[in-house]
Amino acid sequence: MAQIGSYALLLALALSIYSFGVGLVALFFQGDPLWERLGETARRAGVVVFGFVVLAAIALVVSAFRDDFTIAYIFHHSNRDLPAPYKFATLWSGQEGSLVFWSLLLAGYGFVLRLRYKTDPRLFAYASVVLAAVQIFFLSLVNFAANPFGLLEGPLRPDGSGLNPLLQYPEMVIHPPMLYLGYVGFTVPFAFALGALIMKYPGEKWIHITRRWTMVTWGFLTCGIFLGAHWAYAVLGWGGYWGWDPVENASLMPWLVGTAFLHSVMMQEKRGMLKVWNMWLVFATFWLAILGTFLTRSGIISSVHAFAQSSIGSWFAWFLAISLAVFVFFFFKNKDHLRSEHKLESLISRESSFLFNNLLFVLLCFTVLWGTWFPKISELVQGNKVTVGGPFYNRVAIPVALLLLILTAVGPLLAWRKTSFESLKRNFMWPSIGAVAVMVFLMITPTNWGSPFGLRPWQDVSYFYSLMAIGLCALVTLTIASEYYRGGKVIAGHTGQGMFASMVQLTHRNTRRYGGYIVHFGVVVVIIGFAGSAFNQDKEAEKGLAYGDKMTIGSYELVCRSYTQDDNPNYSSEWAIMDVYQNGKLIDTVTPQRLFYKASQQASTKPSIRSTFKEDLYLVYEGQNEKGQPIIKAHLNPLVMWIWLGVWIILGGTVLALIPNAPAPVRVPRARLVEQVAAGD
Amino acid sequence: MMTRPKQIFRHLLYCGLLCLAVFGLTGAGDPATRFNEIGHQMMCICGCNQILLECNHVGCPDSDGMRNELMAALSRGDSDSLVEQAFVQKYGPTVLAAPTAKGFDRTAWIVPFVALALGFTIVIMVIRSWKNRPTPAIADGLRPVRGVELEQFRDQAQKDTDL
Repeated sequence: MAQIGSYALLLALALSIYSFGVGLVALFFQGDPLWERLGETARRAGVVVFGFVVLAAIALVVSAFRDDFTIAYIFHHSNRDLPAPYKFATLWSGQEGSLVFWSLLLAGYGFVLRLRYKTDPRLFAYASVVLAAVQIFFLSLVNFAANPFGLLEGPLRPDGSGLNPLLQYPEMVIHPPMLYLGYVGFTVPFAFALGALIMKYPGEKWIHITRRWTMVTWGFLTCGIFLGAHWAYAVLGWGGYWGWDPVENASLMPWLVGTAFLHSVMMQEKRGMLKVWNMWLVFATFWLAILGTFLTRSGIISSVHAFAQSSIGSWFAWFLAISLAVFVFFFFKNKDHLRSEHKLESLISRESSFLFNNLLFVLLCFTVLWGTWFPKISELVQGNKVTVGGPFYNRVAIPVALLLLILTAVGPLLAWRKTSFESLKRNFMWPSIGAVAVMVFLMITPTNWGSPFGLRPWQDVSYFYSLMAIGLCALVTLTIASEYYRGGKVIAGHTGQGMFASMVQLTHRNTRRYGGYIVHFGVVVVIIGFAGSAFNQDKEAEKGLAYGDKMTIGSYELVCRSYTQDDNPNYSSEWAIMDVYQNGKLIDTVTPQRLFYKASQQASTKPSIRSTFKEDLYLVYEGQNEKGQPIIKAHLNPLVMWIWLGVWIILGGTVLALIPNAPAPVRVPRARLVEQVAAGD
Repeated sequence: MMTRPKQIFRHLLYCGLLCLAVFGLTGAGDPATRFNEIGHQMMCICGCNQILLECNHVGCPDSDGMRNELMAALSRGDSDSLVEQAFVQKYGPTVLAAPTAKGFDRTAWIVPFVALALGFTIVIMVIRSWKNRPTPAIADGLRPVRGVELEQFRDQAQKDTDL
């Protein structure tokens, strides 16, 4: 298997080089029949690369299932008793395997792109060459710097070291693929953008193609980021979902810039503006995805995640430098081609709102990048590292995010070119009154109603932010609802349909616009979930709980019914059985656990989470006291379920926006209709 | 005699100042609140990269001791800055979860806001320069539509085309 995998990777590299080299020369000699044919062979070689990388990936997975511990990678990331889904996940659980996986996804995207070349053969040929260049880099890495099929030195071991316990969780089987589909996917818009720049592509068709790819990729990255957050919440046992670790930041940066691009691209499509900016945003998204990988795998920035120390950082640094140089060269060579076709007419217009929206997204990205790099900068300047953690990002990023939320409410209601003050007043009066009413209601309600009621912004700055966030969320929701209502009313007036049916028809007629609104609504729901963190509580029964002992948190009373141990081939476990009472009534029984994985000799917690829309009761089994009684830490995390619900809404909106519009009903003039009826049509 | 708008303005100003005072002072001296606040501004030093009060990973060798030290310092009546100084002296500057507002660390806080101000300035300048671009020449006999007339056309177009 190791030999099959190694040869497959080598052949994939050779074919990628062919696809790149011959494809590039064929582009220089366009019109020459011989080179046209050779260009076609380059495209086909790119298609075949996918087959060889699939073969290499299969070889690695089969090696994991066959417990082939002669392969060092399998020895370090698997063991005999590892459950089958995690053996499959071995493919991306370590450095070398994840790079094979990255190559696989890139080859997969390239496969689809090259099969769809008839959409625009010339543009696709350029994009294919750019993709092949990126593919060469990743395949070189797995062939020469991080070989997944390297053999284990020394005597053959009977069993492997096992998979990191923290990765033995169902979501870890899908979180990395989603995240990587996002990271890798941004290569495709970049390939089209660079191709369009090099060939001075006329018109905006490349933008249409790129936008759909970017939306798909953005959807994957969103899904991957939140799966990671959910994994952190459900596995790490610290009661939170986002820790501003460099690895987390690395995934957020391309997401922020990609989101900016998805907004600003509309200006290019509708008004032929921001062409230079869009080009840079596409490049920055791709570049930041690679930079994030460089940050986390070079060992430059400390991270609690895997891969933090390795020797492939210099490879990434060179690749980043070369890709930047190539892009800058072609940008300055052909930038005259990127002139705006229209001018901006007013500060109060959709165009301005997009400009400010882009500014804030890019600024948020810069803040995250700055915070991630600052420890290193500080070390270089003053000789000692500092920590840049949650308190920094909360203070700097939250105000910017609130400004962004205001734009989310305002932007969609502004007209292209210019919006009159009257129109602004008409559109915003009721949503604004509604939002203020929500904020006042939250402030005057009694605190004993539970979170987020009884918000007193003067008591704590986090309450102030929560109140502002929820108020602005109300504003966004109301503006979206008013948009739906006004559009639905017009259709209902024309067709005589009911309001709901009219709104559905409205959405079908412009899926992109209304899908976008649904995404905005999903973001609102997520932010309400984030706002709940201001009310988090925790309590620890640090002396241990004997049978029947009680602890109280919020409105819950927890009674230790029992504690016990269990054992299976993969891990042994200790767990407590806790009855949960609310208002004196038994409502649930939960079992927080601590697991000890035998192969890796590492312990891990498995928190017990009881989720409701109002709050999560989150129990962690921290260990045992000297009498063998469990030490339990309880967290009460309000509104967390809203985050996961919001993500589903975001993904639903994204899928909706990708569906083509339903055709508008054709209005046949009455006179022509009479003629058609008379003619028997 | 004070005019009504001035009176309203003065009342609003008083309310604002009162809110700021309450906002700044409420809960400032409560030891539990201080423990919670300071504990969330420090990191556990075991390498887990977590906030001190959020670190609860199994068998952490440091967080319990650090929490006890924090509680002891607050019980002694040490000021916030004294507690922070003592922790920095013992564990190094990485124990603080965010850069301080002193020396070079200050740049960590300033740069994002400078970037925000710069960004806003650039966007406004771009919008102004775009607005001032010359409009294309209009054929003889036609006059450009501006002002109220333009607004009327715009409203009419919106009515005709809006779904």
